[in-house]
Amino acid sequence: MDANERLIFNKGNELVQQNFIPKLDIKSEKIEEILPKNLIRDELRIPDVSEVEIVRHYLKLSKINYGVDSGIYPLGSCTMKYNPKVNEIVARMTSFSKLHPLQDGNEGALEILYEISQMLCEITGMDGFTLQPAAGAHGELVGLLIIKKYFETKGIVKNKIIIPDSAHGTNPASAKMAGFSIIELQSNEHGEVPLDHLEYAMKQGDVAGIMLTNPNTLGVFDRQIKDITRIVHEHGGLCYYDGANLNPMLGICRPKDMGFDIVHLNLHKTFSTPHGGGGPGSGPVGVTNELIPFLPIPCIVSTKKGLICNYDNHESIGRIKAFWGNFSIILRAFVYILSLGADGLKRVGQIAVLNANYLKTLLKKKYNLPYDRICQHEFVLSDKYLPNDITTEDVAKRILDYGFYAPTIYFPLVVNGALMVEPTETESKDSLDKFVEVMNQICDEALNAPEKLKNAPSNTPIGRLDAVNAARKPILHD
Amino acid sequence: MDYEFPENLKYTKTHEWVRIKDKTATVGITDFAQHQLGDIVYIELPEKGANLEKQSSAGEIESVKAVGELSMPLSGKIIEVNSTLVDNPENVNSSPYGSGWILKLEYTNELEIDDLLSVEDYKRIAEEEN
Repeated sequence: MDANERLIFNKGNELVQQNFIPKLDIKSEKIEEILPKNLIRDELRIPDVSEVEIVRHYLKLSKINYGVDSGIYPLGSCTMKYNPKVNEIVARMTSFSKLHPLQDGNEGALEILYEISQMLCEITGMDGFTLQPAAGAHGELVGLLIIKKYFETKGIVKNKIIIPDSAHGTNPASAKMAGFSIIELQSNEHGEVPLDHLEYAMKQGDVAGIMLTNPNTLGVFDRQIKDITRIVHEHGGLCYYDGANLNPMLGICRPKDMGFDIVHLNLHKTFSTPHGGGGPGSGPVGVTNELIPFLPIPCIVSTKKGLICNYDNHESIGRIKAFWGNFSIILRAFVYILSLGADGLKRVGQIAVLNANYLKTLLKKKYNLPYDRICQHEFVLSDKYLPNDITTEDVAKRILDYGFYAPTIYFPLVVNGALMVEPTETESKDSLDKFVEVMNQICDEALNAPEKLKNAPSNTPIGRLDAVNAARKPILHD
Repeated sequence: MDYEFPENLKYTKTHEWVRIKDKTATVGITDFAQHQLGDIVYIELPEKGANLEKQSSAGEIESVKAVGELSMPLSGKIIEVNSTLVDNPENVNSSPYGSGWILKLEYTNELEIDDLLSVEDYKRIAEEEN
């Protein structure tokens, strides 16, 4: 692969005009009559390349891409599980892909949305769901706006949200975006929320609630979760569950039973829809009965006449996304849930935990494991005690040389030099063993051939990027 | 540990150092803190003239690895900020106690100085965290 692969815009030959724009098949109109002058451009930058050039360009890019279809993708906190192809087959059926939300006769689609809401209620214990949020952080914002509206309606001023230091970075960002200020809670030596500190913080008066993920980002289950939610409720707060780490809980433990009032799910994590560059995502938000009136509009309601869309709700936080959210993604998650069934989902949770513990037990022989407990779906190693000043970044870059994707690094912040590993349930024992073999080899290299790590990656099209200068002196155009 | 801990400074649990002179205090982050953060790429400074409470956020320090908060070691008014750090945030790495100073404040409550840590106490905290 040529490291200087040109962009599609820089390919093609001006002399050979390919012109792929199809012939106009509707009545033509003068552009000046339908668009204001300032919106009209003389030139459109569309790549002018032949069909074979396009095919070769994208095939080449696809060959240097790495995805969960290529191999293990142990990116902690992201649940990069395999996306079953049956999801794709159903989502591509023309009866779905050609459907428009404004056309008549889309009751079937409404039924799917209604049914998956019911399923998500069953999985989380919640009483109502909105499917509109486009991703996890969007779901967080919706959840926080609901909390805000709830207190506003009651005429109570509560401006603060408690967030433990082991939370996902999006939690404080979303809380701030919704207009709250943040009280950060330091986790204790077990990586759990200290109850006395929580109680003290709640007593400050204007605390609207807590945002928590359980298991937390260290991959450990907070054993005092029922006390945590009780304390928050006793002081008039609400409890928000960040569903990013729901995978190991499937069929085992439900957020509502832990005492949560609001939950967001990441369909692109737990429910196997495409993730990252393959998105878009989907972040449905579930609430208890008390908070249903605040959900975004429209809501799908089941009546004797069938399903109807209810727009009439003056307590709602309003609309937060066009139509029904990312429908085809929700559809994929629906297929996933149906194809696994309740028993299958429970098995997902169990195998995710088993895989993570298997990997953790083998890797902690050579790598430091600061919070050494039975973990859930993920665990966090650190670069402490690695010889020759080898850092987490060096290890991660070297993993790329062996043809695997690297785990999440330098997160969570509560562990210095964190290396966060989440294998997910879709990796076989064989795949996990291969990963361990590579990690052990890297550890030996750290001792005997540290330059291999310091210079890594050397087998990738592009070597180690200068992350420091890219951030200090970014070049934003050519 | 091979970090520098000047004897004549006061410290905080959150890794700021404080140099007190007359009614003003100069503040930065410690050698240990800059080492933990790694290469610093961006610093958000507070506004000159702002009155800030002790322990409230006076700015953000961003490295390739993480974003850390600069916490006010004492309540007071910001009288000067080190604007050279906008273009040269790396000064915090190369000279945390010198050209990498971050702000100067006029403190409003002298009693708060007693809450700051001595070099011995801070060293112990840094060692525990290392």
